[in-house]
Amino acid sequence: MGVLSRRNVLVGTALVGGGLMVGVKFSPDKRLARAREMLENPGENLITTWVKISQDNIITVIVPHAEMGQGVHTSLPMMLAEELEADWDLVTMVQAPAETIYANNALVKGYLLDGKEIPAFLNQPANWSTYQLGKYMDMQVTGGSTSVRTTGQYAMRVAGAAVKDLLIQAAAQKWDVPARECSARLSQVFHNKSKRSASYGDLAPGAAGMTASASPKLKARDDFTIIGTSKPRFDIPGKVNGSATYGIDIHMPGLKIAAIQASPVFGGKVARVNSGPVTGLRGIETVVNIGDAVAVVGDNFWRVQSALINLDVQFDGGGNESVSSDTIYATQVRAIEAGKRKSNVSSGNLDEARVAAVTTVDAEYRAPYLAHAQMEPLNCTALVEDGKCEIWVGVQDGLATRAAAANALGIAKEDVTVHLLPLGGGFGRRGGGVMDFIDRSVRVAAQLDGPVKVIWSREEDMRQGAYRPACVSRFEAGLDGSGKPVFWSNVHIMDEEAEAVHIPDSVAAQIIESVEAPTHVPYGPWRSVASSQHGFFIESFIDELAHMAGVDPYDYRRDLLGDDPRMAHVLETAARMSGWGGALPEGRARGIAVKKSFATIVAQVAEVSITQGAVRVHKVWCAADPGDVVNPDTFRAQMEGGIIFGLTAALYGEITIEQGRAVQGNFPDYKMITMADTPEIEVEIIRSGAPWGGAGEPGTPPIAPAVTNAVFALTGTRVRQLPLKNHEFG
Amino acid sequence: MSYQLTINGTSHELDVEGDMPLLWALRDELHLTGTKFGCGVAACGACTVQVDGVAVRSCSCPVEAADGAIITTIEGLGGPGGAMTTLQEAWTAHQVPQCGYCQSGMLMAVTALLAENPDPSDEDIDKGVSNVCRCGSYPRVRAAIRSVAQAIATQDATQDPTQAGATEVGEATSAEEM
Repeated sequence: MGVLSRRNVLVGTALVGGGLMVGVKFSPDKRLARAREMLENPGENLITTWVKISQDNIITVIVPHAEMGQGVHTSLPMMLAEELEADWDLVTMVQAPAETIYANNALVKGYLLDGKEIPAFLNQPANWSTYQLGKYMDMQVTGGSTSVRTTGQYAMRVAGAAVKDLLIQAAAQKWDVPARECSARLSQVFHNKSKRSASYGDLAPGAAGMTASASPKLKARDDFTIIGTSKPRFDIPGKVNGSATYGIDIHMPGLKIAAIQASPVFGGKVARVNSGPVTGLRGIETVVNIGDAVAVVGDNFWRVQSALINLDVQFDGGGNESVSSDTIYATQVRAIEAGKRKSNVSSGNLDEARVAAVTTVDAEYRAPYLAHAQMEPLNCTALVEDGKCEIWVGVQDGLATRAAAANALGIAKEDVTVHLLPLGGGFGRRGGGVMDFIDRSVRVAAQLDGPVKVIWSREEDMRQGAYRPACVSRFEAGLDGSGKPVFWSNVHIMDEEAEAVHIPDSVAAQIIESVEAPTHVPYGPWRSVASSQHGFFIESFIDELAHMAGVDPYDYRRDLLGDDPRMAHVLETAARMSGWGGALPEGRARGIAVKKSFATIVAQVAEVSITQGAVRVHKVWCAADPGDVVNPDTFRAQMEGGIIFGLTAALYGEITIEQGRAVQGNFPDYKMITMADTPEIEVEIIRSGAPWGGAGEPGTPPIAPAVTNAVFALTGTRVRQLPLKNHEFG
Repeated sequence: MSYQLTINGTSHELDVEGDMPLLWALRDELHLTGTKFGCGVAACGACTVQVDGVAVRSCSCPVEAADGAIITTIEGLGGPGGAMTTLQEAWTAHQVPQCGYCQSGMLMAVTALLAENPDPSDEDIDKGVSNVCRCGSYPRVRAAIRSVAQAIATQDATQDPTQAGATEVGEATSAEEM
């Protein structure tokens, strides 16, 4: 320790100073000891909770986020490796366990900061209270498009830089030279004066005994050699040769398989179950009644699912049997007209602006419930015995999974072990707030001896959703003599975060309010959350204003964004990419939309035609400013995927409620885009240097309004309610 | 009743109900889990395998209909020792998968398409590959198919590009600085 300078010794100051940022230093010895116990193999040295180095110089980054195709198991190691001066060819990763030491403290901090924007992180030391909050909130979230901009920035880069410093110090100690004469490059430390070098693997045992700094010097952007390059993703090979093991693929000796059915009317109970019709059938072991659902248990999913269909079971809907999409919309309209309003934004003088307005425009928009329809149906494998529980599952939040299981079983969280596996899609359905499938699976397991894999059929998955909520939103705006909006009034269902309902500040008088209209229909986050429906509402209504003003929709928006050069630049880029204003083939038109969500700004132009009475999207141009980007190819893939996800919803997406239950149950009635209706997509990434934004979600919000605005330009029909399949076009 | 299936070159004697879907025989009887369950009604294609060289949605193909057949699943697509086919290499080069859950089925469907039609038009691709990918990998699926089709067009026609060990000309990449 002798060569460590005072600056780098954090013991004593770490608790206040930002040990959180390294993920190293709260009760440092205890945390690190626990991490070592879980993750260190023979020949390896865990140097902080985030990284270990083996004797043969392999660097393993410990990633506390779920891989669901967004590439985070590669982008986070890239961020650590960048600062560590690692040889990328010798870097690998492991998924962090669902343990409290890997709680997303940085993410909690992100949520605590206004608008989820993370300011220059070096000036923002984290503190003990946010760590405690993360611990108690049991957050190990992969959601909110936050992994890179919180864990990456606060933990990975800082840990990489701190460990590099330790390795240099270890080398300096070994060679008895000043640390400042040593340098690190490609997983080696060099002392040029004496022409000596040592690999990180050789130095790791020495570094492992040292204390890491929580505020190491980070690299300047211009010096990046890994961040900003398109490294192939670690998870791809297993997804190309079929060896990737998802939760649904888990097998172990004695494993039983179960099919499950909950009350079709959400929140209902099992009234009566008669297992007679399935008793004695081949491969059927037992029927389990957990009160709000029944499960048939056996040895093969086809056998148990077939038996479940034949099971004699009745449910009590609990009084919600008369609720339908129509009654829900009617309730929402009543709430908007007469409910108690909560103000989200109030600026300027609306009364004066109303008088000054030459024209007023009003409109009501609606968006339906949407299911996630992730390709891997919900499933969870659980073993409950001797007051303990072990779970194998793909989820977006390991700690919430642990808490949900503990809560369902009435045992301590420490008695639950969660094995985290890759997700066959998440999109919010496997997030922390919607752990119904964990709750039900462990309650089924509690009634059985040995492990059980509970699998939702596609129909059960779709009809027991945590839906993107249906929503009505009303607008009124006034234009002055030049067509510019002078006031904007919006009231919508459900209090949402400010970013989702935000409009340009250049509209001087604004009032944005919400009302509540609760239903029994379960809801949850759906890729891009409230920005998905509000992006459609706001960007469509702005298009209406442009039309009313007789101004080109791009020019109108460009003018509104006069005070926001970053957003204006993204809009200009999309317009330039598409050659906005140029000649188009006969029967085609274009629409444009721009939305900031999860701190990333995305503008899209869509070119559409009406083909055989239906909307056909031919091409989408997408400009995105996430501030900066770790892996450009992965970011581009997220834009492509986000567009296709949003386009599926815009064209086809609709869960309707009848008799208190979801109508649609499978892909034939909840249609997905396929190769045949996928547009050509062009993406341009703008690395503006602004605080880093998300990647997984911001591509989704602009596509629906870009398409419906194009439909208006082509047909004169303003689509104010999605999906487009319900509208007829010449 | 017992059924005889040759799966990825290995012969299996399966004592199951004749109407058990091939998917659940593969997954829950033989523990070959590379083939995925997506919908159960042949609507999404996640469970696509090849039965006697034809792409089949195994969730809706009863075992009795596959009795005596030669079946290839994703586990058997590559060559011995894990060698990948040209198509799988193109999938890697284009970084096609996101969550990856649908990709076994996607690869099996595209392999069958290319065996039948080595240079498919966009329309052929649209018709031949109706698999659902919720993550939206479609643009990359198309690009990867294109790169392999081009490779086929420029190479010796006697070589079967869908088999492991074929030349590696399909390495076109959409990614910068890969």
